Amino acid sequence: MRTEDDKRLIHRRLVERIVGGPGQAPADERRRAFERGELSESLRPLLDKVATSSGQVTDVDFDRAIGAGLTEDQLFELVICAAVGESTRQYQAGLAALDQASGDAGAT
Amino acid sequence: MRLRVLDSGYGAGTRALFRLIRLFSGHPVPDAAKITFYRSDFYGAHMKELTHEAMRGRSDWSVGDRELMAAYVSKVNESPFCVGAHSATAARAYRDGKKVEAALADLDGAPLDQGLRATLRMLGKLTAEGSVGADDMRAVLSAGVSREQIEDALAVCFAFNTTDRLANAFGFEVLTHEGFEAGAKYLLKRGYR
Repeated sequence: MRTEDDKRLIHRRLVERIVGGPGQAPADERRRAFERGELSESLRPLLDKVATSSGQVTDVDFDRAIGAGLTEDQLFELVICAAVGESTRQYQAGLAALDQASGDAGAT
Repeated sequence: MRLRVLDSGYGAGTRALFRLIRLFSGHPVPDAAKITFYRSDFYGAHMKELTHEAMRGRSDWSVGDRELMAAYVSKVNESPFCVGAHSATAARAYRDGKKVEAALADLDGAPLDQGLRATLRMLGKLTAEGSVGADDMRAVLSAGVSREQIEDALAVCFAFNTTDRLANAFGFEVLTHEGFEAGAKYLLKRGYR
């Protein structure tokens, strides 16, 4: 039988894989995409939109990054890191608020 | 899709599988499914497992409730592909398309259980604003929703906050009505694995 802990465990494995596992984009760049850290001018418009307003992503955003020398496989990884990063922050914010509301400060 | 590798970068075995699915279903493989096959060791394998567990694993929410949460979160994220896919799946799971339409059009006026309504409201705020507070959670708990149900709903929200972003960024093709219906049948029969 699966438990709630399983979902969090799978989530943790997903994050560890995309950020720290093997990839074609450098691991430190994947981490910055995940964390919304410092990004190059060629990547920032695309990855900021992925995190905050994904419906506004356009071909131009991808063309700018490709024009700066990034490969499609690197962009595949970096877009996934940006999407999972923002979703993870929201997931953790929700769980933290639930802990606070239920007085279970020890839960994570 | 905006990255050509996501349309054409698959091995012979995967391409054969896509042809078989098209042959038997009468519809091309939706882009949401395709990307889970692209370098699946990077993202797809883990994400399919997580989404299946959130949407079809043990929970006090029904499958219809969870599909409605997916559609609602996708509406807030303005992801037409995911709204279409999960509205169709929720409608089929509930056997009540009007309920789903009403929930997406007017959450406060829709014929929903109070606990589900409060949960959708909280997920909508989290998705739109990026955060919620303890008071938002207390409102859901006081509507009769258990802590475990809220945790389950947050996992659904995570899955679709991610998939919506990828659908919009990569440019998933929005299906026809028949295509979404075929996808809904598949998701109710087989889940997300």
